[in-house]
Amino acid sequence: MTPVEVAQRKFERVNEIIEEHGREQSALIPILQEVQAEYRYLPEEILTYIATAMGLSVATVFGVATFYAQFSLEPKGKYVVRVCDGTACHVRHSMPVYNAIRSKLGLKDGKYTTPDMMFTVETVACLGACGVAPAMVINGEVYGKMTPEAACMIIDTLLNRDGDN
Amino acid sequence: METAKKTGMTIGSRDELKAYAAKVRAEMAAQKKRVLVCTGPGCLANGAEKILDAFRSHSIEAVGATRTGCHGFCEVGPLVRIEPDDVVYVRVKPEDVAEIVEETLRKGKVVERLVYRDPDTGRTYPKESDIPFYASQTKVALSNCGAINPDDIGEYIARDGYQALARAVLDLSPDEAIEEVLESGLRGRGGGGFPTGRKWMFARQAKGDQKYVVCNADEGDPGAFMDRCIMEGDPHSVLEGLAIAASAIGADRGYIYVRAEYPLAVARMKNAVKQAKECGLLGANIFGSDFSFDVTIKEGAGAFVCGEETALLASIEGKRGMPRPRPPFPANEGLFGKPTIINNVETLATVPAIIRRGPAWFRAIGAESSPGTKTFAVTGQVANTGLVEVPMGATLRDVVFKIGGGVIGGKKFKAAQIGGPSGGCLPEELLDTPLDYDSLKKAGAMVGSGGLVILDEGTCMVEVARFFMHFTQRESCGKCVPCREGTKRMLEIMEKIVAGRATLEDLDTLEQIAWVVKESSLCALGKTAPNPVLTTLKYFRDEYLAHIVDKKCPAGVCTAFKSYVIHPELCKGCGKCRRTCPAEAITGETKHPHVIDAAKCLKCGACVEACAFGAISLE
Ligand SMILES: Cc1cc2nc3c(=O)[nH]c(=O)nc-3n(C[C@H](O)[C@H](O)[C@H](O)COP(=O)(O)O)c2cc1C
Ligand code: FES
Repeated sequence: MTPVEVAQRKFERVNEIIEEHGREQSALIPILQEVQAEYRYLPEEILTYIATAMGLSVATVFGVATFYAQFSLEPKGKYVVRVCDGTACHVRHSMPVYNAIRSKLGLKDGKYTTPDMMFTVETVACLGACGVAPAMVINGEVYGKMTPEAACMIIDTLLNRDGDN
Repeated sequence: METAKKTGMTIGSRDELKAYAAKVRAEMAAQKKRVLVCTGPGCLANGAEKILDAFRSHSIEAVGATRTGCHGFCEVGPLVRIEPDDVVYVRVKPEDVAEIVEETLRKGKVVERLVYRDPDTGRTYPKESDIPFYASQTKVALSNCGAINPDDIGEYIARDGYQALARAVLDLSPDEAIEEVLESGLRGRGGGGFPTGRKWMFARQAKGDQKYVVCNADEGDPGAFMDRCIMEGDPHSVLEGLAIAASAIGADRGYIYVRAEYPLAVARMKNAVKQAKECGLLGANIFGSDFSFDVTIKEGAGAFVCGEETALLASIEGKRGMPRPRPPFPANEGLFGKPTIINNVETLATVPAIIRRGPAWFRAIGAESSPGTKTFAVTGQVANTGLVEVPMGATLRDVVFKIGGGVIGGKKFKAAQIGGPSGGCLPEELLDTPLDYDSLKKAGAMVGSGGLVILDEGTCMVEVARFFMHFTQRESCGKCVPCREGTKRMLEIMEKIVAGRATLEDLDTLEQIAWVVKESSLCALGKTAPNPVLTTLKYFRDEYLAHIVDKKCPAGVCTAFKSYVIHPELCKGCGKCRRTCPAEAITGETKHPHVIDAAKCLKCGACVEACAFGAISLE
């Protein structure tokens, strides 16, 4: 496919999503959620496209996309590791878990995604799994009663899994 | 051992509802035993689905195995309960299933090694209802949670589900339904404690042909997971409560706004809506009446402030979730400018029981000014982490010690953080505070959503207050100045204090800003954001002073007051730490013990990681 065709394909899918939800502003957040599920982030040109297609100002769409923590304007890694730092997890020592994963993956200040786009490491305020604090979630799978060592072992497993392919 | 799930029937009248309930009850009675595998958030993370699969791989006549919502006692999960024996097994692994099948299901014997054992007394408790954790609870909102398969509307109906809706739609006028909720004294469980009946009355009286009901399932308070458990364990109770609210105020449309972090709750609620529609319990002309009602599930996108009702409505409308000044209240001008009520998950899940059993029954439980029960998520340094429901007015001591089993590891209790980022920290002297709206408010805290985090003597209260300030500062939506700027300045001062750089003047400034933020912020996020700071200042002032004046952290938590030391007896003098240290703070000759210059040390900890002999530690 030529770059132009790729771009067209991209907007076709976005069009489908918009058609499905309709053009009312109340559909904007569900549309952004679905687009993000598709691309793992919200590319700027798609946000501009959505604004035009829905008859909203670009500012409105960017305003919403940057207001909510769920939306990311930057690409995320294949594995999104979210270490819970809600109250229950914090007092059961979640930060050492977070720091251990970051240092294992060599993430230094201001960086949350590894250069090879394999891992994004973030904190989240409560997953509702406080009963097994500290908790973390990787691409939807929840791990409870974490320790720095256990968390690093899980990262190792993922690294090995991908190394095999 | 699969339980049938297809309903494939429509329920158009109360008689049909009753007939269907009887049919499901008979089917369930035909199962001599039922295995209820807890798939609440905690047990799920510990592999509960594998246990369920293991049970289903055995086939025994007249035994059903099903997944249920949270049983509450997360600490000892995964949990498996066998009914009707009421036998509960704790910390079950898939490997244990064969033995449970053989002994308990086939021979009717208890597997002693899987039974809960009280760590203090050593006593074993085969029956769930005898375990101290459960014995002093009263379940209303959680009554079905852990007892039914949440994906099967039939099991909900078998336990009198949708009968309250039938009564509200067929027997009561809207005003009578509201009157019953008013009389019950039910107050909102989402934090504010506003009388639910009164809110409904305002919306009923508001003019307009289009009205809405909204369920607030945003549960943003970190450390609280009751709403998640109710939605995942008993989704139809929320739907039924919402439908009753709709018929009472004259709404035909409802929204359930669920937090993005709860994908399973979203799936369960969506499935519940689908099943209720298929049976005709949602949709047009419910029970053959002229009441029609439809529900949409909306997913949040990760903003704490969207739990605030006006921000939540803005979010449903597809805007940035920012609160707006009230009045006008949503009861008059809410979603899309129409009269709207917003109620919390637990509030709505309580409504069907009130309509079914009557306001007097409800009033008889709990405290005079706060009737009924409240769920609490008990977490932190407590022996029995879990989800509990107690009559309002039970004391903090009851919940922490009788149910929670006290502080973990034999340490001393220091404080209970209640009500999340808007709440406060209560010290040991206040352990006898009754858990109700008014008593907690008097103590400077609040019920909030019911998050209850237990802190032991090893906790630095100043650090805890900083943690909450950090949370609210990050979640402040930025619309009003006191909250946007005030929380930022407060956080800066808190960071100075834990870093040992603050003066007594800073402490005065902190208190001043705290009061300004509290009194002049637009919404309750800002109005309550200073609470963790103010309560810790009130009850743990000496800890602040220790950080500021003595330059000490009494709990030994804050790293600023610690220094890295090399233990000469362990140091081999390899020099790795010296080469790793970015500040060149480490000196020493090869093969001789090294030393750290505390004045140059950045406390980055790189040397600890570099040392292969474990010779460096933080003291
Ligand atoms: C910052 C903020 C966050 C809130 N978060 C929630 C929440 O997560 N869930 C909730 O039910 N209520 C929350 N509330 C309270 C709601 O504004 C509202 O009072 C409540 O949903 C009303 O329902 P109730 O009367 O049934 O309690 C929050 C309020 C504020 C100010
Ligand atoms: S605080 Fe971490 S899961 Fe709730």
